[in-house]
Amino acid sequence: MPMNSTESFAPKIVAFCCNWCSYAGADLAGSSRLAYPADVKIIKVPCSCRVNPMFILRAFEKGADGVIICGCHPGDCHYSTGNYYARRRMTLLFSMLEYIGIEKDRVRVEWVSAAEAVKFSETMNSFVLQIKNLGENVRLGDLRCKS
Amino acid sequence: MQRIGVFVCHCGSNIAATVDVKRVALAMLSENGVVFADDYQYMCSESGQLKIAQAVKEHNLTGLVICSCSPRMHEATFRKAAEKAGINPYMVEIANIREQCSWIHKDIEQATQKAIILARAAVAKVNLNSPLIAGKSPVKKRALVIGGGIAGIQTALDIADAGFEVDIVEKTPSIGGKMSQLDKTFPTLDCSACILTPKMVDCAAHEKITIFTYSEVENVSGFVGNFTVDIKKKARYVDSAKCTGCGLCQEKCPSKKALSEFNCGLSNRSAIYTPFAQAVPNVPVIDPLQCIKLKTGKCGLCEKVCAANAIDYTQKDEIITREYGAIVVATGFDVINLDNYDEYAYSQSKDVITSLELERIMNAAGPTKGHLERMSDGKAPKNIVFVQCVGSRCADNKGKSYCSKICCMYTAKHAMLIRDKYPDVNVSVFYIDVRTPGKNFDEFYRRAVEEYGVNYIKGQVGKVTPEPDGSLTVHGVDLIDGRQVKISADMVVLAAAIEPNASVRQLATQLTASIDTNNFLTEAHPKLRPVESPTAGVFLSGVCQGPKDIPETVSQAGAAAAKVIGLLAKNELTTNPCTAHSDELLCNGCSACANVCPYGAISYQDKEVNDHGIRETRRIAMVNTALCQGCGACTVTCPSGAMDLNGFSNKQIIAEVDAICR
Repeated sequence: MPMNSTESFAPKIVAFCCNWCSYAGADLAGSSRLAYPADVKIIKVPCSCRVNPMFILRAFEKGADGVIICGCHPGDCHYSTGNYYARRRMTLLFSMLEYIGIEKDRVRVEWVSAAEAVKFSETMNSFVLQIKNLGENVRLGDLRCKS
Repeated sequence: MQRIGVFVCHCGSNIAATVDVKRVALAMLSENGVVFADDYQYMCSESGQLKIAQAVKEHNLTGLVICSCSPRMHEATFRKAAEKAGINPYMVEIANIREQCSWIHKDIEQATQKAIILARAAVAKVNLNSPLIAGKSPVKKRALVIGGGIAGIQTALDIADAGFEVDIVEKTPSIGGKMSQLDKTFPTLDCSACILTPKMVDCAAHEKITIFTYSEVENVSGFVGNFTVDIKKKARYVDSAKCTGCGLCQEKCPSKKALSEFNCGLSNRSAIYTPFAQAVPNVPVIDPLQCIKLKTGKCGLCEKVCAANAIDYTQKDEIITREYGAIVVATGFDVINLDNYDEYAYSQSKDVITSLELERIMNAAGPTKGHLERMSDGKAPKNIVFVQCVGSRCADNKGKSYCSKICCMYTAKHAMLIRDKYPDVNVSVFYIDVRTPGKNFDEFYRRAVEEYGVNYIKGQVGKVTPEPDGSLTVHGVDLIDGRQVKISADMVVLAAAIEPNASVRQLATQLTASIDTNNFLTEAHPKLRPVESPTAGVFLSGVCQGPKDIPETVSQAGAAAAKVIGLLAKNELTTNPCTAHSDELLCNGCSACANVCPYGAISYQDKEVNDHGIRETRRIAMVNTALCQGCGACTVTCPSGAMDLNGFSNKQIIAEVDAICR
């Protein structure tokens, strides 16, 4: 079978998951054996509101190809309002990404509850596909260093 | 500089079959700060923990990384092991290489690579960990049980018997719940009221139990051991202290057109009413939407006939604030709305009823005094058809995807009781599967078929048509014979799906307890912590957690009570030390953090600081660590970067990001 570029490219994807819903959803996806690509690496945070926009920029700076933030559904936040803060902050950050030089499709916010293993797995599968279609995150790389 | 030990768990073959554990351990040896790395079959076992203790001693470790299952599973285990070995428990990080690696990947190379990256992220984090000391908080020695059905009653009784005070909050005028509406219970056929009402009376008489009926939870704040709850006591318009429960007011009330909730709307009740004769407390309430006096100012008959002078039209809703150490949710279930199921003609014919309605019809205190009658014309039915799985096990979005669990058994019970009392009545049951797991359950079902001759037909009902002569034609399919069947029936009983009580959504938000897509409350672990919510201090009892029958509900209620007793027996709890703190040299006192804090944990103080030799008084944010729950909202909102979170500091998370992207 011929390998095309999207298949050989293994993107680096950072997933910030809140401890209460999404991280537990990822665990349930695991125990239910609902596969998603190994490109996704999860960082546990107490709440999606702990995700500083700087963390996302840092990830891109260090060569990440995609960053996804997962939290509890609106209204279900363990800390009542954290995911609302995350939503606002990310809306603002995302609106400025193109300006910085990062395609908007490299980031996503998704609400995944502790019971939504299927949604977690599907989300990760579709996000990886989306990043693969975008290709490597080269726009932030310094072209002058390339020979 | 940390001295980190990395321990890679095989988890039998759960991890080792997909992840090359030896390579992971080897790779970690070249990571910054790692002085020891090893793998072992079961890290969580006693010998695994012993290995940790030995390594700590031999290599003088200051931090640990365990590459194993999810931290939700064994973080506490390894923290304890660390503490035993003499390391601060918060110097431990878990790399989740089972749920988030070996179990979802098949390719050994890919999975091993990923495990290495997850492990090195954990190592990078531990390099920046600092020892944390958990604080202590006192425990309020009182429990709140929300819901006064059999689940709530049993939980309350068990907690109270252990010597702790319990409050029950029930939104209807009486405790008893759904079980009080049932006639007989499977598989023993004992009368529901006979086994329930003594428990209701015990509850009311128990010196440690306070019952708030006709009340709802209005607001919840605080955390495990220290909840503060506002309970709204709705105006009853009857003084509970004075009322003797004689019932004269209900008899004399001229407004008798309200539908009885207790009888599923099959009979009427007066505007002043107790839901049923054995209600606890036996104090009526006035329905303000039905009461002539409250609506028009005229009437007042109940006040006139009340010898105890208990009627009080001026009563207002009252908010009671109480403090609790633990909260048990026992909100139970409702039968689903059947509007989407018009093919069964539920809205078109009075003789198409739900099973709960049949319970009321068969009950001696019900609308027909226990005589099996058609609700349309009062005639005795000769042919009854039961339809199973109405709204349960639906593949489409119309109904519920889950099995309601109790319907197979109660339908067998109904069929058997009808055949026993009225042997000339033909009973047919359309079913997808008959599910009877449970002690003496299958024997019970077989009795219905073999001894009582109930006609079980495997297949679904497509349509129920009301005929002009008042009968109902049931169009179904018999899958075993492979043919269409048409049965003329006088009564059709729908085993409608059950769903969590509608109030649970709002309650879950108030308690910050998580619920699943079907509105059932999520348990902390589906197998190992089935009666605890992931939110500390919140426990689950009964159907609010998932469909179950009475024996299971009672067992779960007892289990929840045991958990509550375990909590209340403690004098103090260790608090999560992963709280926020502000750097006084960076803080400019702008108040941004206090504005986003959901717990009001941040206040400001004028404090003298020494900023590189300059002494001055500045307004500085102070975090009350007893109130802070560690969400981290403040850390991101802080414009000067002064706020940081213990255990999830900016530097730690950035180190993880870097390690993953390296």
